[in-house]
Amino acid sequence: MSQTSHTTVKSAPAAADVRPKTLRPPRLPRWSLAALLLGSAAVGVAAGLLGGLESRAQWGLIAALVFVVARFALTSAVEGRRQAVDRLAATLVWASFVLAMLPLASLLWETVSRGGPGVDWYFLTHSMNGVLSWQDGGGIYHALLGTVQQVALASVLAIPVGLLTAVYLVEYGRGRLAKAITFFVDVMTGIPSIVAGLFVLSLWIMMLDLGYSGFAGALALSILMMPIVVRSTEEMLKLVPGELREASLALGIPKWRTILKVVLPTAIGGITTGVMLALARIAGETAPIILLVFGNNMINANVFEGAQSSLPLYVYEQWAYGTEAAYDRAWAAALVLIALVMILNLVARGIARWKAPKTGR
Amino acid sequence: MTVNDTKTPGTDPAPRGQGQSTTRLGDRVFSNLSKGSGIALLVIMAAIAVFLAIRAVVAIRANEGNFLTTFAWDANGDPPHFGIAVLLFGTVVSSVIAMVIAVPVAVGIALFLSHYAPRRLATPIGYLVDLLAAVPSIIYGLWGALYLVPRLTGTYDWLDDVLGWTGVFAYDGSPARSLMTVGILLAVMILPIITSVTREVFQQTPKAHQEAALALGATRWEVIRVTVLPFGRSGVISASMLGLGRALGETMAVATVLSPSFLINASVLESGGGTFAQNIASQFKEAGSMGRDALIASGLVLFLLTLLVNGAARLIIARRKEYSGANA
Repeated sequence: MSQTSHTTVKSAPAAADVRPKTLRPPRLPRWSLAALLLGSAAVGVAAGLLGGLESRAQWGLIAALVFVVARFALTSAVEGRRQAVDRLAATLVWASFVLAMLPLASLLWETVSRGGPGVDWYFLTHSMNGVLSWQDGGGIYHALLGTVQQVALASVLAIPVGLLTAVYLVEYGRGRLAKAITFFVDVMTGIPSIVAGLFVLSLWIMMLDLGYSGFAGALALSILMMPIVVRSTEEMLKLVPGELREASLALGIPKWRTILKVVLPTAIGGITTGVMLALARIAGETAPIILLVFGNNMINANVFEGAQSSLPLYVYEQWAYGTEAAYDRAWAAALVLIALVMILNLVARGIARWKAPKTGR
Repeated sequence: MTVNDTKTPGTDPAPRGQGQSTTRLGDRVFSNLSKGSGIALLVIMAAIAVFLAIRAVVAIRANEGNFLTTFAWDANGDPPHFGIAVLLFGTVVSSVIAMVIAVPVAVGIALFLSHYAPRRLATPIGYLVDLLAAVPSIIYGLWGALYLVPRLTGTYDWLDDVLGWTGVFAYDGSPARSLMTVGILLAVMILPIITSVTREVFQQTPKAHQEAALALGATRWEVIRVTVLPFGRSGVISASMLGLGRALGETMAVATVLSPSFLINASVLESGGGTFAQNIASQFKEAGSMGRDALIASGLVLFLLTLLVNGAARLIIARRKEYSGANA
């Protein structure tokens, strides 16, 4: 670090005309990056072919290593050590991003390519009633129905509590109680879903002896959903300008009507986004469903009584059967589930973007 | 704090006149409703602890083995004989592996989003990282079990060749349904949460610090090293702990990938071991009444563990907020 990257000091005594034409330190040409990328890719392929390496991942790894080392050496030779370290850091940062995208791309590709052929109208509109694990056919109608009912019920339970709590924290809450609620809401977001499931199991099924049902599952899901709704709503309510509240209060409108008619409508876009993200999150929960809804191959439209199924649970069950036909069904159901969650996410982002200028300042 | 108390509705200087009583009634009802739901959340948290504890005490009283040190799970037997030693070991080891992989990568992505990515691309790329968080855990499990597991045997063979002498990385060539695979999968799953929290902290780095460093001729990396990383250190720590909390409690991805056993295998590459959440999910269907109580007892340990980790993470964040708020 102490030595400067300028070469002038060293070269000055040797010969006067070697002095650089500009005061800027020497730099690698712009095309060097592309050349290095191509070169290291070529080395990777060559090493893979000559060395007889089977896995393409190894080819890529060799190419990446060659790229990192070559770039560091080259920059360090031409531009100096500090620049070389800078380039190295940039390469690693880019690499970590690519590394994170690989599993996402692979997962989406696998789900679409393996699940895609299995999804058709029959699959969506039939249950697994009477279909053995090794047989083809069967569908997810019962699971889809269960997921929709349980998620809807959970949101009916969780959204009012979540909204009101957020209103309390932003509009009323001061002092110790509000601090405690804020802290425990944060901690509650981290509760493992299986623990929420165990809680409802011990209370609802073991103590009150009310049996497995979609409702029991919805109870656990609502516990998971509440903190997410509180957090996102709280963030949105904080964005509502204080002037709006003051203007309304100055007109003599009571505080509760101000909140209902001014504050909440202003933030409704962001609140909806948060709620939909929470829905997407709980729609994919499996662990509490295993404990509380139990699973069922037949259609049970009564969410309050008897075992139901749900999409994530269906994926798990089919995976556990371990036959080819069951794996196909598992991938197909996974595709439907991922599509459902992604649609919820995209719609949520869309609403956030559409409403953003009105809530943000 | 006392100044703020004037904001409570009871002390509002409400105008005397008609409609006063209804106004006050509405306000009182609404504020109590919202306060009540806040309290309801606290009650739920307390109830979780209490109800799990009630069942756990029943199980631990009946247990013939030592709850903490027994290497077995025979909760349905007569007498019941079970212990969480293997589960604790597996949970901690798989989470630590996940952290070792995920934290550096997540810090890298956060830096990428806050300081390296072209500004126009940063937002859509942020969405992509969030999509990783949106994928349901059971689908990670399916992908892990059917795609990842068969593709890791080659890497594990290589690790065995190079590091097999340590014993920790010994590998016998069996399907890669091991704690290491679980750790890798968990790393992918906790990446987004660590990234998003870390990135937010990095973006709050004071512009003045960064510009000062730039003005002294620092390269981009030097700017990050002397301003962004020191400023964001506590944020990185708390984000990592949030990720750890996730990894500790993850159920489905572990239940599908791991081939469990109630022996501790010294090698993380070979199958065996288990985690709290995985054990609950896999044993539940065969569990009788005592079996369930035992599972709930192990769930209580998991609950306390995540409570501790998450609480600590939140406290660090909260303290940091006050600190930076005072500076602003």
